Amino acid sequence: MDYTTLLNPELTALPPSGIRRFFDLASEVEDVISLTIGEPDFSTPWHISQRGIETLEKGKTWYSPNAGFTQLRESTAKYLKRRFSLDYDPKTEVMITVGGSEAIDNAFRAVIQPGDEVLIPSPCFVCYAPLAKLAGGVPVSLVTKEEDEFRLTPEALKAAITDKTKLLVLPFPNNPTGAVMRREHLEQIADVLRGTNILVLSDEIYGELTYGGTPHVSIASLPDMWERTILVSGFSKAFAMTGWRLGYACAPAPILKQMLKLHQYAIMCAPTTAQYAAIEALDNGEEDVRHMCAEYDKRRRLIVDELRRMGLSCFEPEGAFYVFPCIASTGLSSEEFCECLLREKQVAVVPGTAFGECGEGFVRISYCYSVSHICEALKRMREFIEELKK
Amino acid sequence: MDKLLTILNDDARLSNAQIAAMLGTTEDDVAAKIAKLEADGILRGYKAVVDWDRTDRDYVTAIIELRVTPKRDRGFEELAETIMRFDEVENVYLMSGGYDFSIVVRGRTFQEIAMFVARRLATLDSVVSTTTHFVLRRYKERDVQFLGEQKDERGAF
Repeated sequence: MDYTTLLNPELTALPPSGIRRFFDLASEVEDVISLTIGEPDFSTPWHISQRGIETLEKGKTWYSPNAGFTQLRESTAKYLKRRFSLDYDPKTEVMITVGGSEAIDNAFRAVIQPGDEVLIPSPCFVCYAPLAKLAGGVPVSLVTKEEDEFRLTPEALKAAITDKTKLLVLPFPNNPTGAVMRREHLEQIADVLRGTNILVLSDEIYGELTYGGTPHVSIASLPDMWERTILVSGFSKAFAMTGWRLGYACAPAPILKQMLKLHQYAIMCAPTTAQYAAIEALDNGEEDVRHMCAEYDKRRRLIVDELRRMGLSCFEPEGAFYVFPCIASTGLSSEEFCECLLREKQVAVVPGTAFGECGEGFVRISYCYSVSHICEALKRMREFIEELKK
Repeated sequence: MDKLLTILNDDARLSNAQIAAMLGTTEDDVAAKIAKLEADGILRGYKAVVDWDRTDRDYVTAIIELRVTPKRDRGFEELAETIMRFDEVENVYLMSGGYDFSIVVRGRTFQEIAMFVARRLATLDSVVSTTTHFVLRRYKERDVQFLGEQKDERGAF
């Protein structure tokens, strides 16, 4: 059979994830020491896992309501109020999803009409542009720059808005740059959006992981922004629950109602074992989050300091668990840098270009690794850079 | 200070520069704080966690429960001080519950430890009884796991 004529050309035209490509390359190298992984090195806190296990032991293995268990939606709403001063009605404005990823895909499909432009600050996580395209949208990249600390500026936003603009994606704290948007920066974005019909998809999956004393602020907590915001987040990063595949979307009821319909037909409901565990995470997991966040913070400081000592320009990330140093001074492209580093020192980091063309000149380094692992990788990286200078 | 101690407790081989980076302070500040913690007797030592079972050294440990009659004027202290002086003794703890002291003793063989307990500990004034529990296998010590290599099972996505 000639599959090329049978498959969806929109899909076949999409390149596979650039992180994946590099990871496959790294897996062929022996004794590789990797700083590529974007998930916590911590296991799920045991009391959370145990809650899931208990429900399995009791045979609670059925579907939940489409939007998720009422108790979980209530706990989610309470948590969002407590942590980020957000008001969502658990009955009509909260939906539990299969990871933050489903929520993103669902939100795109719920709001995008053919030809709608979707503004996406870049570099960013790999999923937005492909999913927006598959939903019929036209992704428009808003390049964020190191000199702006990789924040979205109101000028860049204003310049990109056309009468086709439907949605602004706000992926902060950001993967891969570690950039955050503080309240004052969000205010400036809100000023541009006020009076327009543009919706916001605020991906706050790293919202619990901010450093340096300024807690995360959600754009939905700003005046006139709640009405236009679809908040997506999840349990993966904050509670070290990646494999449980659980996230959520919150939005004004008229939007969420449509999203729920899509979720109902495509997914039925998020995994129920994970939902039970997530209730425990929200109700009793705050201390775990603080502990993990403090650990990441130590590693973050250690890596930034060491990269700067190597002579690399390195923006100090204030969120997520990545650093995004500039390697342009080595004279190598991102891909070359990563491939040479892998070949010569068996250290794997991800080229910035995996997160958009504007990631050229940068690499992403994850600090979801033990301090001793990080120290060894950095030692090798320093040797690599010194040998390049010769 | 707590953060500094936690870092050292996890890995005492980090350089002052690395610790300074992690704490967001200077190398001199770390050096001064460590000196103070040492002077105050808070930082008592820096030792390696060794899995002796993977070496040629014959190494056996036992946990000894000791029941004693405390001295009228000095309580348990005097006896603790006596016990601590033996090179064979790694740890000495005063316990709540069914017995008074828990002592970790090391030696080359089970026999050596048994003889140490019989000759040195059981014979001390005020020791009423001893119970010896030999350690058969060490799985985890000082937060460090001794089982096979821990593989990173995560993939990059």
